[in-house]
Amino acid sequence: MTIKIKHAALAAVAMAAAVLSTPVLAGKTLDTVKQRGTVKCGVTTGLAGFSAPDAKGHWSGLDADTCRAVAAAVLGDGDKVEYVPLNAQQRFAALQAGEVDILARNTTWNLTRDASLGFHFTTITYYDGQGFLVAKKFKVTSARQLKGATVCTQSGTTNEKNVADWSRAQNIPVKTLVFESFEASYKAFFAGRCQAFTTDASALAALRNKEAPNPDDYLVLPELISKEPLAPLVRRGDDEWFAIVKWVPNALIEAEEVGITQANIDSLKTSSKDPAQMRLLGTGDDMGKLLGLPRDWSYKAVKAVGNYGEMFERNVGARSELKLPRGVNRLWNQGGLMYALPVR
Amino acid sequence: MSFFRRHGPLLLQAAILAAIALAVGLLVQHTFATLRSRGVHAGFDFLRDAAGFEISEGWLDFDSTQPFWRAFLAGLVNTVRAAVPATVIAVLLGTLLGIGRLTRHSLVRGLASLYVQTLRNVPLLVQLLLLYFALTHLLPDPENAVQILPGVSLGKAGLAMPWPVHGEAGWSLEYPERTLFGVTGGAVLSPEYLSITLALGLYTASFVAEIVRAGIESVGSGQVLAARAMGLSPYQVMRLVVLPQAMRLIVPALTSQVLSLVKNSSLAVAIGYPELVSIANTSLNATGRPFECIAVVMAVYLSLSLLISLGMNIYNRRVALRGWA
Repeated sequence: MTIKIKHAALAAVAMAAAVLSTPVLAGKTLDTVKQRGTVKCGVTTGLAGFSAPDAKGHWSGLDADTCRAVAAAVLGDGDKVEYVPLNAQQRFAALQAGEVDILARNTTWNLTRDASLGFHFTTITYYDGQGFLVAKKFKVTSARQLKGATVCTQSGTTNEKNVADWSRAQNIPVKTLVFESFEASYKAFFAGRCQAFTTDASALAALRNKEAPNPDDYLVLPELISKEPLAPLVRRGDDEWFAIVKWVPNALIEAEEVGITQANIDSLKTSSKDPAQMRLLGTGDDMGKLLGLPRDWSYKAVKAVGNYGEMFERNVGARSELKLPRGVNRLWNQGGLMYALPVR
Repeated sequence: MSFFRRHGPLLLQAAILAAIALAVGLLVQHTFATLRSRGVHAGFDFLRDAAGFEISEGWLDFDSTQPFWRAFLAGLVNTVRAAVPATVIAVLLGTLLGIGRLTRHSLVRGLASLYVQTLRNVPLLVQLLLLYFALTHLLPDPENAVQILPGVSLGKAGLAMPWPVHGEAGWSLEYPERTLFGVTGGAVLSPEYLSITLALGLYTASFVAEIVRAGIESVGSGQVLAARAMGLSPYQVMRLVVLPQAMRLIVPALTSQVLSLVKNSSLAVAIGYPELVSIANTSLNATGRPFECIAVVMAVYLSLSLLISLGMNIYNRRVALRGWA
């Protein structure tokens, strides 16, 4: 008996020693990614337009494409992405713990998250805003008429707080019903448990067009009650990786600006004499070496997913089931907010 | 030498305890240091900040300007609000089923067995979701709720009923009123609340039934025959002879069932009932402090469980055989 207890004591001491000696995980995500051969990307558990798997397990969407672009830039192959589906509550812990290299999960960039979670948001890939979806039978045409309604939403989102703020500021009392999973929350809404559903407007369009029993019975109300700039994020403490995940989306936006598309990229690569195009095509100044990447990093990224405009139209825009207008997500020189930092 | 022989084991135990405390302390310190080095804010100071979210129902009034600790308290109150009636359902129904499984009436016995075997062998989460989806799909929309009694209606918004309120004219009954989106006023038991309470109660009842049956069967059949021979009625035999002895076996086992029930109430997070875990999940995301929020949840459940154990142990001492245990 005593001997056993001694063993236990030894084990406890050993455990304490192990705890003490565990090194602080830091830096070198790029090396890990290269060694592993895949980029681990935290995505949604299924949100059409942003990240959703098809029947074959192939992920598509704006966020999924961001991951593909990074994998293409870093590893030369857009398919070398390991998608990790995370719900709203898991996402930050998964990134903090190093389970994923990038979190591209329609996540809103705000001060609290930026300053307190130990993350860096990189580049905004979609400017969104929170809205309401209602059943047409209530004959509601404005969010101001929602007084007394029950509103379903997912817990662990900025949406939950926004609706509380909005209801207080506008003096429109509503009852918020929150569910742990996105699926449970919209199912309760379509079952008629709630009269309204609130989340980012892009997701409302996805729900209405993809999940509603009959899309024509539902209406997205015109009001947007918040700003939701969505951006991928990375852990602090690895500036190299941060720079990569910041510049890949910038390169995609700049590619649209200078007219490089998935279709013309190969012919441009041999023919282009425009220095701005050549830098992105990997035939001009070497932009890759400054990021620790191959010279053709941005060529590979655009080749894999197209430029930002193509990515938008394919996943959420006119060519998708969501049919969202480009709106504020147009390029800055076309009246929108998408302004790529110059790749030079 | 004799000092060590006498006090050695005690010293060793103290040393192990100290080592464990040290290890835990270092682990916590190390975790917080790591978090801080990565720019993650840590600590419990957030509990005094305004929560910023609303809670859909509960006994405790809450709005988004109140601090997080009060949100946690409201969550705890909601946990208790579901667990207490569920325990009552579980114990009453479970006792009936347990006795039912031992009667001579084969129909009653068969039905009781069917109930116990079905509910005991299907995961609680599945039952909970089934009940919830049944309630929210089958019941009429809130604006077309069915009237059961005057003022009492049932719909997707839940069971609405009149409730006494204290106004300027003293106590009066407040009737729920129809609105565009359902009802307002009176008291409403939401489908989420009904689902979690019923599911917990019905599920746990199947376990209680087995405990009660085992307790009754542990009492020797000779005693029942002897009691019958003395002219006691079957009811008297049960109440005066069998149950007092069966209780000695039933109560400790029942304690763990009640503890399970309270902890299982956390499954309500799946159907949107704002109990402790649901509130903690929301807070965890609003603040980005998973360790702290989970620590609060653990501390609360631990305290709650110890409190229940204490109460059940006191009761157990009353029913236990004197001089035995």
